[in-house]
Amino acid sequence: MIEPIVKPRRKNPLQRTRLPTSPPRARSRASHGFTRAAAEGRFMLQRCGACGAFCYPARDACPACLSADLVFADAPRRGTLLSETTLHVPADVHFRERAPWRVGLVAMECGPKLVTHLHADCEEGRPVVMSFQLDKSGQAVAFAHPERETPNMADDRQWREMTADPKFRRVLVTNGRSIVGQEVVAALKAAGASIVFVGVAEPWKPFRGEEALRALEGVEIVPLDIGDEKSVADLAADIGGKVDILVNTTEHVRAGGLLDRQGTSVVRDEIDQSYLGFVHLAQAFGPVMRMRGADGVNSAAAWVNILSVYALANWPVFGAYSASQAACLSLSHSLRAELRPGGVKVVNVLTGPLDIEWFQTVPPPKVAPRAVASAIVSALKRGLEDVFVGDVAEDIRQRLAANPKAVERELGA
Amino acid sequence: MQSSIRTPYDRVVMAVPVTIPYVRYSIESAQWWIGRALKALVDGAGITPRDIDGFCVSSFTAGLDSGISLTQHFGLCVRWIDTIPLGGASAIAALRRAARAVQAGDARIVACVAGDTNHVDSFRYTLENFSRFNQDAVYPYGAGGANASFALIARNYMRTFGARREDFGRIAVAQRSNALRNPHALMKAPLTLDQYMSARPIADPIHLFDCVMPCAGAEGFLVMSEDVAASLKLPAVKILSTIERHNAFGDDPVQVRGGWAMDVDELYAMAGVKPDDIDFVQTYDDYPVISMMQFEDLGFCRKGEGPDFVRQHDLTIDGSFPHNTSGGQLSVGQAGAGGAYLGMVEAMRQVLGQAGPTQVGNARIGLASGFGMINYDRGLASGAAILAGPGS
Repeated sequence: MIEPIVKPRRKNPLQRTRLPTSPPRARSRASHGFTRAAAEGRFMLQRCGACGAFCYPARDACPACLSADLVFADAPRRGTLLSETTLHVPADVHFRERAPWRVGLVAMECGPKLVTHLHADCEEGRPVVMSFQLDKSGQAVAFAHPERETPNMADDRQWREMTADPKFRRVLVTNGRSIVGQEVVAALKAAGASIVFVGVAEPWKPFRGEEALRALEGVEIVPLDIGDEKSVADLAADIGGKVDILVNTTEHVRAGGLLDRQGTSVVRDEIDQSYLGFVHLAQAFGPVMRMRGADGVNSAAAWVNILSVYALANWPVFGAYSASQAACLSLSHSLRAELRPGGVKVVNVLTGPLDIEWFQTVPPPKVAPRAVASAIVSALKRGLEDVFVGDVAEDIRQRLAANPKAVERELGA
Repeated sequence: MQSSIRTPYDRVVMAVPVTIPYVRYSIESAQWWIGRALKALVDGAGITPRDIDGFCVSSFTAGLDSGISLTQHFGLCVRWIDTIPLGGASAIAALRRAARAVQAGDARIVACVAGDTNHVDSFRYTLENFSRFNQDAVYPYGAGGANASFALIARNYMRTFGARREDFGRIAVAQRSNALRNPHALMKAPLTLDQYMSARPIADPIHLFDCVMPCAGAEGFLVMSEDVAASLKLPAVKILSTIERHNAFGDDPVQVRGGWAMDVDELYAMAGVKPDDIDFVQTYDDYPVISMMQFEDLGFCRKGEGPDFVRQHDLTIDGSFPHNTSGGQLSVGQAGAGGAYLGMVEAMRQVLGQAGPTQVGNARIGLASGFGMINYDRGLASGAAILAGPGS
């Protein structure tokens, strides 16, 4: 049984910060099928198109029939823990400083055997449920969970290495004026965040929901205008070392593409707010987060972007906005690579049109701000990297996988 | 006993067992160690490098060099070459390949060598780059070499067959006692069962004295015809039989047996001997549990009787079942691929009566086995050979 983790005490400023180390990162190309599965929270194994056999580890030919038709497919998650061991003296620095560390061998009901990290409540000879997770190197690893929920199971030490659980972590939500921002704050508080800093530009200007926000315990309003480099740097100087999770809730949505706009001022605003705002935040908060990736229970753990799914495929009705989102998406992949040495995840939450005033003319289905907030918390708790929220986002995702050209023509119709 | 239809190794022999004494860490390269072994083979046989026309090599740390690069490095001009990357099964495989080459006339004198260096960081480098499955699906779990893999195998074996840590301890303790008679063994201090039991855990149930110490060293032998050996006046070792098997029993959920179990009848049939006729055994002992499996799979007891077998036998040089008489890798050290050769070279010395302080009295027929390549969840390569001295 897992002992609940204890809220960390205030950090002794004289104590050295433990630097992050990475677990082994090298993988074969085929093995990145698991990386994709883990990023989206799916459990996928290679399955042979010719004979139907599942196999593991990742191969380039089926060990049952030698067919090259191996496809990553969603697979049944159940297995049995055959044997386990506790590593007391791992060779690798990352695991050595986390020892003792439990691993085991699981026989899947669908056939393959998986060497896996173990949740502490997994018992030898008992059924387990498997997932693939992104470890601190950003690569996929197998993780065995007990079959049924156990007390405090999210507090398991090895599980917490795979996730960015908000419990006892300190969060910066960059825009408290938006409904999405306010929902995110509430959801993170409910998920056990110890403190949520909420950025508000020009805080002397009142805004809807302000009272409720200020009434929440453990919520601190901070001045932040992310389009302003100095404002961002000032805030980072103040609280940068205390931000374990950063949720960029910047929202700058304007309709229109290219030809019906006069000049570039609207585009410039979009770039300033969305793209340059992201740059300011990353440069101010990224380095210290990367350095604090192994800083105890409340180590820096995740950076969350809320992006439009039209970052993946331009929707000309919001054409310039789509382009600004595409720029942010591309930049997020750079940030992801740059934060990886710290073991800090970059979570992209891709949504369809939100149910907010800026999408007033857009017909349903639209995504409720609360749904975005709960998707973020869920992604952090499960350690996901790519999340699609709502029916439109899921629709675009599937259509892009089927035929990107069709998506372009149809969105532009 | 079934009869064998395989061609016997008639008139093919092994000669000149050489060991370049191990060191824990070496600043020399693998090439240096392999070179010392070649030199010792040439000197020991009273030949020149020009006389070597077949070359078989195994190494984990020779970097980009395979056998062909090494021919130029060492000035060898050969008409037969092999590079064997089978880890702990490399010596058996080298013997099998070389013996057939000599028998067919493809080569006259084959030098079989394994050598590895051990820089302060080379063990970790070998771990990181061991194999694709290992890199994809084992190393990222903190395994740290084969420790975790063997821990999973050992734990399952203990639960399935009732083995206790003490049983593994008997193997390790006996080998240490053997090693104290081998001046080249890296482990110089006696080991008691109490010390074995109270050692620090590495990966349950593997504790410190279940693990080999990585080191630098090299081993080698020559394979040639009986006639060539006679003309060089070299004491010769007869090859009574060999077996080799890879990726056997892949459906066993956890490894409880090695490939030996598939071919053990063939092994004794070809040699025309029974397990009782074997005077000593050199198993591949990267962990005691795998030696215990070899006792079973090589026919000295039935599957699951390994624990009882070690309780009922004295495994020391002068005991009822002399085993790993040099001290084995557990007490001599594991010189990378050289570890595969350790038992084979010691077996040659035993049947030649050249083992000196570790000599088993009246050792005529011996068995050496190999095991290697924990690619993912189990060891894939296995092999064994039965050797006899010139008088038998």
